[in-house]
Amino acid sequence: MPLTDAERKIVLDIVRRHGTKPTQLIQILRNVQDELRCVPDDAMDVIATALSVPRTQVQGVTEFYSFLSTEAHGGYHILVSDSISDHLLGSRELMSYLCQQLRVKPGTTRADGQVSVDYTSCTGLCDQGPAGLVNGYALSQLDRSRIDQIVELVNQGVPLNQWPRDFFTVRDNIHKKGLLLDQPIAPGSALKCSISRGFDATFDEIEKSGLRGRGGAGFQTAWKWRFCLEASAGSASPGRSNDQTAPRYVVCNADEGEPGTFKDRVLLQSYAHQVVEGMTICAAIVGARQGFIYLRGEYLYLQPHLEAVLDERRRLGLLGDSVLDRPGFDFDIEIHLGAGAYICGEESALIESLEGKRGVPRNRPPYPVTYGYLGKPTVVNNVETFAAAAQIALKGGDWFAAHGTEKSKGSKVLSICGDCERPGIYEYVFGTTVGEILRDCGARDTLGVQVGGPSGTFIAEREFGRKLAFEDLATGGSFMIFDKSRDVLEITRNFTHFFAHESCGFCTPCRVGTSLLKNELDKICAGHGTAGDLVELTNLCTLIKSTSHCGLGQTAANPVLSTLERYPELYEARLKAISFEPGFDLDGELEISRQLTGRNDANAHLQQEEA
Amino acid sequence: MITNTLTIDGKTVPFHEGDTIMDAATRAGVYIPHLCHNPEFTPHGSCKLCTVKVNGRNCSACTFPAAAGQQVLNDTKELNEARRTITQMLFVEGNHFCPSCEKSGNCQLQAVGYFVNMLDNHFPHFFPHRDIDASHPDILLDRDRCIFCELCVRASRDVDGKNVFAISGRGINSRLVINSPSGTLKDTRMEATDKAAHVCPVGAIIIKRRGFEVPIGERIYDHHQISEVSLLNEMKIAGGEHG
Repeated sequence: MPLTDAERKIVLDIVRRHGTKPTQLIQILRNVQDELRCVPDDAMDVIATALSVPRTQVQGVTEFYSFLSTEAHGGYHILVSDSISDHLLGSRELMSYLCQQLRVKPGTTRADGQVSVDYTSCTGLCDQGPAGLVNGYALSQLDRSRIDQIVELVNQGVPLNQWPRDFFTVRDNIHKKGLLLDQPIAPGSALKCSISRGFDATFDEIEKSGLRGRGGAGFQTAWKWRFCLEASAGSASPGRSNDQTAPRYVVCNADEGEPGTFKDRVLLQSYAHQVVEGMTICAAIVGARQGFIYLRGEYLYLQPHLEAVLDERRRLGLLGDSVLDRPGFDFDIEIHLGAGAYICGEESALIESLEGKRGVPRNRPPYPVTYGYLGKPTVVNNVETFAAAAQIALKGGDWFAAHGTEKSKGSKVLSICGDCERPGIYEYVFGTTVGEILRDCGARDTLGVQVGGPSGTFIAEREFGRKLAFEDLATGGSFMIFDKSRDVLEITRNFTHFFAHESCGFCTPCRVGTSLLKNELDKICAGHGTAGDLVELTNLCTLIKSTSHCGLGQTAANPVLSTLERYPELYEARLKAISFEPGFDLDGELEISRQLTGRNDANAHLQQEEA
Repeated sequence: MITNTLTIDGKTVPFHEGDTIMDAATRAGVYIPHLCHNPEFTPHGSCKLCTVKVNGRNCSACTFPAAAGQQVLNDTKELNEARRTITQMLFVEGNHFCPSCEKSGNCQLQAVGYFVNMLDNHFPHFFPHRDIDASHPDILLDRDRCIFCELCVRASRDVDGKNVFAISGRGINSRLVINSPSGTLKDTRMEATDKAAHVCPVGAIIIKRRGFEVPIGERIYDHHQISEVSLLNEMKIAGGEHG
């Protein structure tokens, strides 16, 4: 359907509001989606023409990100988190109840256009789920009575801003504070300290602290900053090293998408000054004038709060031109919202997304520190890394390095969820054992813990003496607890579905492999697996892990590999005795024929022989 | 000018400044299987067939920079098995029916299948539903055969300057899309003489009415291994570019 003149104007106004810049494409499409409930074909042409980009870029981006759609959503678009942590809290049952009450099927829009319902990847409210999103805004603590109210509000067409506020309440649930959380820095204090010490000396403190990236990979933060500082200006001035005039960028990776992780949400909610101060110190050290906070779309509700913090800092002279009245120290920060793509947590995919493109990881080298945003040297660090850097700038590298282990200095903020009495945020020094953590949060009868989210490791009871550390159990913050009533294969199956859904599709092993893995797990869980399937599973996992393009593919097989290694008997118990079982239900495949021929006698059925 | 050397399967191979491992290998006459790579275009690194082991770590030869002293493993049992599996993945994710495909015998996917000794598809087929675009008077787009190498994307953007193709969607639902309001080829400026019409390694983009000019049985890979054909074509480019 062609756009009406009014719709065309809406689209063009949105494009203009974003400065008619192609880098703003995802922001533009988010707004168009909000206004028109989808990104219509004709709107793509309008946007492409206005931005002077190929139409296929607009289409490619729209069809890449989960929160953008070419088909119209309902006036209320309700998404229920499909994270395993929400499953444990009954999200699947609630979803069927919601659909039944609303008379709509998951993945569809009701005929009257009033409402659409679907599943979404983890929304980062695992400590207060089952959780969801309505028109992008986080819903916490869903239960039957809340769903009854939501159904009522939807059917009566009550605008979102008149819904009960407590539906949208998101709690911090901080249960244990340490180096980072105990004494949040006063706005400006770490910056002033850095200025009086000198930024070169502050860099030395960061280096001395041994701080490693908190996203999970654990790269030395000081090295990353140094590489960016020392990078020549890329294509703009080849051969010139340490060119201070070249633009550089500082990016805060707040695309916290690993299922079970929500510590960045709390840091951005209650420690935003500390995070932004860390970014500002980094900018002073590497010589950046522009920063970005890449905020995952699921945290839309945090945007006004973060904007207010940035405004306050501008008023305090902590952001903007001549920070703290130092001529030449100019730095400001823009918030860029994601639109539902786990892959954008990968730093080069995140940069592509910042540039208004599909979140496809780049070939490396060159790394973002030399060739990042718009081809310029760029530091991308996790939210928590910046929060730690601010504390280090204030209290010194020795203070930080006095805690933790030899290879993992300082502390780690964990997001704990699943089967325990007190889910929420816990900060521990590195070297703490899993057993100690389980005791603190009130976990009982624990079967195992998924440390580091689906891309991490599933550890069993006998390993609860293992330590939180890069050299033992590395984690970006996810710590999901499962008690003995849980089904390991169902957990693993959920993770394989997650990776298949989130694979960007760039490289063959991940694009095809994650879907094959998902289908294999479905087959085994449905009781159609055989001994051959376990061999198959192992081979497939090894291939995906060793040949994929980026971290997503390289870790996508971890849930299967780590559970297969620890619980082979649980897999074997699901297998059939025969050596080969087709990947489909023989009798089920005949159903259409039975319907067509009107037969249902014994000869119209087939059964697989059990050898 | 030759500045340094690395080794591939123990053989010393010189390389030039700015070379990838693939560049160095090709110039030295060492074939590394590949589909998304074509030395005429910016390296892409997506098919992963050219995965080699560099100092113990897997890398894509077509994108990874050559460096002095690198020990590269290429023709090993492990890597060849991985390449066979990746080829099988490419076959099952699309709809590839060689006996009825007019590219048969000239198809690089099929030829790589022969080269890696692929005797079956191994995995269950996905049988995806993909649209065919026969709207253009001279060019046919059969998405069933697309392997997402993006050579047409690169050729149309970088050589033809028309930006006719792009990848849309995500993951296993990725698809090749066309840059026109109708989404079909007839409404683009594409012509049969465009570079993009002649770079498809499989039968996804073919010129109409030319399919059987060379009979089956007399086609390139009916008589030659892809390793020889590839080296013959690409050594010239590799040498020419840097020589």
